[in-house]
Amino acid sequence: MTVNALVLTGFGINCDNETERALARAGADAVRIHLNDLLEHLELMDKAHILAIPGGFSFGDHVASGKIIANRLRHKLGEPLQRFIGNGKLVIGICNGFQVMVKLGLLPLFDGAFKQETTLAWNDSCRFENRWVYLRAPQGNRCVWLKDIELLELPVRHGEGKFIPGNDEVLRRLQDNGQIAFQYAREDGAPANGEFPFNPNGATADIAGICDPSGRIFGLMPHPEGFQERENHPNWTRLPLPDEGAGLKVFRNAVEFARNEL
Amino acid sequence: MPINRIEVAMKPTLPDPAGEALRVRVREDLGITFEVARVIDVFILNAALREEELEKARCELFTDPIIQTSAINQSLATDYDCVIEVGFLPGVTDNVGRSSLEGVQDTLGRPLAKGEAVYKSTLYALKGVDKTTAETIAAKLLANELIEQYVVKTADEMKTLDGKPLLALPIVTQQSDAEVHEVSLELSDDALAALSREKMLALDLDEMRSIRNHYNHPDTRARRGRLGLPAAPTDIELEILAQTWSEHCKHKIFNATITYIDEHGDKHTIDGLFKTYIKGVTDAVSKRVPWLVNVFEDNAGIIQFDDDHVFALKAETHNSPSALDPYGGAMTGIVGVNRDVLGAGLGFQCIFNTDVFCFASPFYKGEIPPRLLHPKRVLRGVHSGVRDGGNQSGIPDVNGAIVFHERFLGKPLVFCGTGGLSPAVVGGRPAHKKAAKPGDHIVMTGGRIGKDGIHGATFSSEALHEGSPATAVQIGDPITQKKMADFLLEARDQGLFNCITDCGAGGLSSSVGEMAHKPGGASIYLDKAPLKYAGLAPWEIFLSEAQERMTLAVPPEHLDAFLDLARRREVEATVLGEYNNSGFLDCYYNGKLIGSLNMEFLHEGLPKMRLEAQLNPPEPAAELLLPSDESDLTSDLLQVLGALNVCSKESFVRMYDHEVLGLSVLKQFQGARRDGPGNSGVIAPVPGSKRGIAVSCGICPKYSDLDAYRMAACAVDEAVRNLVAVGGKLGTIAGLDNFCWPDPVQSASTPDGRHKLAQLVRACEALYDVCLAYDIPLISGKDSMKNDYRIGDTKISIPPTILFTAAAIIEDVGKVVSMDAKAPGHSVYVLGETRDEMGGSEYLALRGQLGVNAPEVRPFSARALYERLGKAIKDGLVASCHDCSDGGLGVALAETAFAGDMGMTVTLSPLGVDNGVIALFSESQSRFVVTVSPDNAAAFEATLDGHPCYRVGETSQEPVLRIVCADGRKVESDLDALRAAWKQPLNW
Repeated sequence: MTVNALVLTGFGINCDNETERALARAGADAVRIHLNDLLEHLELMDKAHILAIPGGFSFGDHVASGKIIANRLRHKLGEPLQRFIGNGKLVIGICNGFQVMVKLGLLPLFDGAFKQETTLAWNDSCRFENRWVYLRAPQGNRCVWLKDIELLELPVRHGEGKFIPGNDEVLRRLQDNGQIAFQYAREDGAPANGEFPFNPNGATADIAGICDPSGRIFGLMPHPEGFQERENHPNWTRLPLPDEGAGLKVFRNAVEFARNEL
Repeated sequence: MPINRIEVAMKPTLPDPAGEALRVRVREDLGITFEVARVIDVFILNAALREEELEKARCELFTDPIIQTSAINQSLATDYDCVIEVGFLPGVTDNVGRSSLEGVQDTLGRPLAKGEAVYKSTLYALKGVDKTTAETIAAKLLANELIEQYVVKTADEMKTLDGKPLLALPIVTQQSDAEVHEVSLELSDDALAALSREKMLALDLDEMRSIRNHYNHPDTRARRGRLGLPAAPTDIELEILAQTWSEHCKHKIFNATITYIDEHGDKHTIDGLFKTYIKGVTDAVSKRVPWLVNVFEDNAGIIQFDDDHVFALKAETHNSPSALDPYGGAMTGIVGVNRDVLGAGLGFQCIFNTDVFCFASPFYKGEIPPRLLHPKRVLRGVHSGVRDGGNQSGIPDVNGAIVFHERFLGKPLVFCGTGGLSPAVVGGRPAHKKAAKPGDHIVMTGGRIGKDGIHGATFSSEALHEGSPATAVQIGDPITQKKMADFLLEARDQGLFNCITDCGAGGLSSSVGEMAHKPGGASIYLDKAPLKYAGLAPWEIFLSEAQERMTLAVPPEHLDAFLDLARRREVEATVLGEYNNSGFLDCYYNGKLIGSLNMEFLHEGLPKMRLEAQLNPPEPAAELLLPSDESDLTSDLLQVLGALNVCSKESFVRMYDHEVLGLSVLKQFQGARRDGPGNSGVIAPVPGSKRGIAVSCGICPKYSDLDAYRMAACAVDEAVRNLVAVGGKLGTIAGLDNFCWPDPVQSASTPDGRHKLAQLVRACEALYDVCLAYDIPLISGKDSMKNDYRIGDTKISIPPTILFTAAAIIEDVGKVVSMDAKAPGHSVYVLGETRDEMGGSEYLALRGQLGVNAPEVRPFSARALYERLGKAIKDGLVASCHDCSDGGLGVALAETAFAGDMGMTVTLSPLGVDNGVIALFSESQSRFVVTVSPDNAAAFEATLDGHPCYRVGETSQEPVLRIVCADGRKVESDLDALRAAWKQPLNW
């Protein structure tokens, strides 16, 4: 079966090339599609199995990161998107894409309806930073994108990545449902416990990424598409690493899942 | 129109990181302490909205329900002593306001009417400050009066204000005169010169006379009479000529005939510095490098990357705008050079940025002359502008430097560079070939035209003076540009246009004027141009340097497809006229011909400048004082590590996205803790291929006062050895030269012009000599020749500066080498000769001395060394390699050690330099610190046999650096102390 993946572009999204590449290398038939073209050809949503909202600076992060494009998706793509996820299809939002999903309420999607329950606020440092972090996928998490992934190193490149749940109840539900997909950690996998730079932004409970209750919709601040080659790793000249970057596994998981389940 | 104000703030129960960051910055930069700051976003909606629409926009668009609170027409500022509100002045680009407008339209599901708008401002509520202090904070830190308005109110004053708006709506109301005027040149010489000054034409008397002669020619007069044009030039014609003939566009100094008296008193005639040295060396080298594709002719230099791809490289300066508005000036610098690459050939995708800044010390304590900003504010603003411009454009920043020298107080230097990649063939055509054809439409894409940056090209050709115009400042809009860049690459791949160029300095007049050169003419209808606001005179429309625009030649058969794609990508594209072969550039406004310029006169009529250059004899050298009594040089090394030109810039660099596009191979910071300074940025731009590009820079203005020749040679060598250090090979290296000079034209205000021009000649000679020896073609470059500050009696001229940017094609990125020591027990080598070349060194600068002997590059022996080191790297013999530059060998050893978390025990006696201070701190060129594993040591030494290669010690697990010099003087320090000394000074 051909797994079709749509990678959103336009309006300042800027990680679309490497996200498309990652999905293609993982075996999907991936195409980049401008948001306006998608709105003109909504039937493409029905043919696709995976939708990726890549990183970038949609609308310059003006007003707040991801806000304006989330608003546009809500008003112009709301129904097709509901149908898409209702059919059990997969969505990933990376960095700005995660911000879009959270502000659109596509995550955590507790009760199947779009509602903003969490946010991604300014980093505690109040600055955009680019650094590599250690991530741990907590046991019992449901994220299908993270199958067989326990620890992963990835770059973060954001100014507004501090995950904040709306209240304690939201945090509890995320934990209980296995919706906390990725947490910032130390090199040995121990929790970052909020300590900079391991937790680069002050995120509550070291949360770097969450998924919906089905595990098929996944949003995260770090960039798995930014680690496709050994040479992307900041310490590749010091460490024995396989040729393929470990970030690709995330996309391989999704394509394999789509192939088997959709 | 009803005006509504929406205020948005963090919920009072949550901390406000922006407020806290402001509090810290006010304390650090102004030494003012206060209790609390809250930062409140203000959106002014100047639109007819129903109450429920307003409420919907507030909730859905403007407020994050998790962390924010908001209110309509009611202030959220509570518990404060003073508020400051900062908003834009009329006509200044308001990016947030514009995005907000789109968001409002999405939310309401209907378009807003013409003239309806959202304006963004920011309200700062401060507790623990009085009004005077708040005024200081506003003026010195929060607002730039050239582009922003602000108001300060106390809590009591706010009460009496009763909800009235604090700031005037930034709507442009001032109307220009849309009439076209004729400008008589039948004037005395003095009056001609005065006219040039008053109109900011920046033309000299000779040039003004040439224009007068052209208009007085019987053929010109007869033709103008037939066309109904006045005999005298119209204002638009004169403005076009001034801008096309500006130093910025015509490089008059680099093309001048120079009579040069050298240091021996011998007289030479130089037929153009550009032709003789820059093009000269490229011509000479081009026979040996088969990969040049297009040099000097396009917006960027173009070379072959692999069989299927071509690579474009360009660097620009944006100094004068950055002096006035550091943030906006630097941002337009970076997005401007991106457009150079986007407009090279048929359009290149930008794949990396570089940035190099020169400032005075941010810790400067002296008086700041009028109209200048404190260097700390300049640094922060420039850095933020480049950060936002690059990050929002999705282009990784891979290499750069920040250089400090006291004379950059007069003008900061802001160099922005960009590399781009294109398939070698696009839309069935070679990517590097382009030409407008007669009949092609003139199409402008991207942003709209306002008064921004009018006279930018002529302004940057002048010293900063009291009348420098605020309109010279522009603010970039990276998102408009990103949308346009995405669109244009799509259109390129579909073959929809014949020619493209950046609409930069000089605006349309420059881009259309240049593109009309090949077809041989153009007609442009200026009333068709999309404007930001009404009231621009036709000449202003033609010359405006409003940002984010490109000019294209679109053939009639593709026009519909081109405009349709633009519409679907939400990019504005407007047909403004057509190219033809009439021999004239004709400008129309509302159906009337208002200017007609002979293309030949426009492009070839500029009289050649004649200049004189004479080198002053060297100043009698002050006696050099090197301390000889200290036996322990540890604290000296720690001091040099903390020197501004040496210390870590990590806190700035981390804020640049350096990995977007996913092509990164070597990042700026390397090593065990990812904090060691890399030599070059390396990327692998074609997915699936290991072929790569390394890029580096060299810049050493600190040697200029001693010897401009050596300064230039050192800049080239520094860039080259940074490439060699990662595995770049001579013969694959291309260079860019960016000259920033103080005015080198002798005049009453520049009595030392002859000497400064002679320094320029010397620098060009060095560039020629070293590039020839290293086989480096110069593929593009730029010069900025008036980097002086002059107000009243104060004159500050920058030290003559060359930025040399170099790029090497790497065969296999899997073999490049990083700078950090890798393991204990590795041998440590110093490559290259260490000499008594303390002149201009960081060590002497810390002692307030300049010294005598600037480092000398010996390119032929260096080349031989570089080739052997390249072979050793290729053979996999090198564990780490680090360039040795600012600060000298001590710094390079320390950096190698702490980056690798490896101790090192070193004896410098093999270098043959007795004096420990010279061994550790002389800045001799063409040197490296290399570590090699024991398994490879013999093969490494054999490869380097016959070249200066000294084994000086070994790495160790114990985290201590120990150095013993030939004279017995020592350094001993643990790595943490070295690292801390290096990181602390600029760890903001």
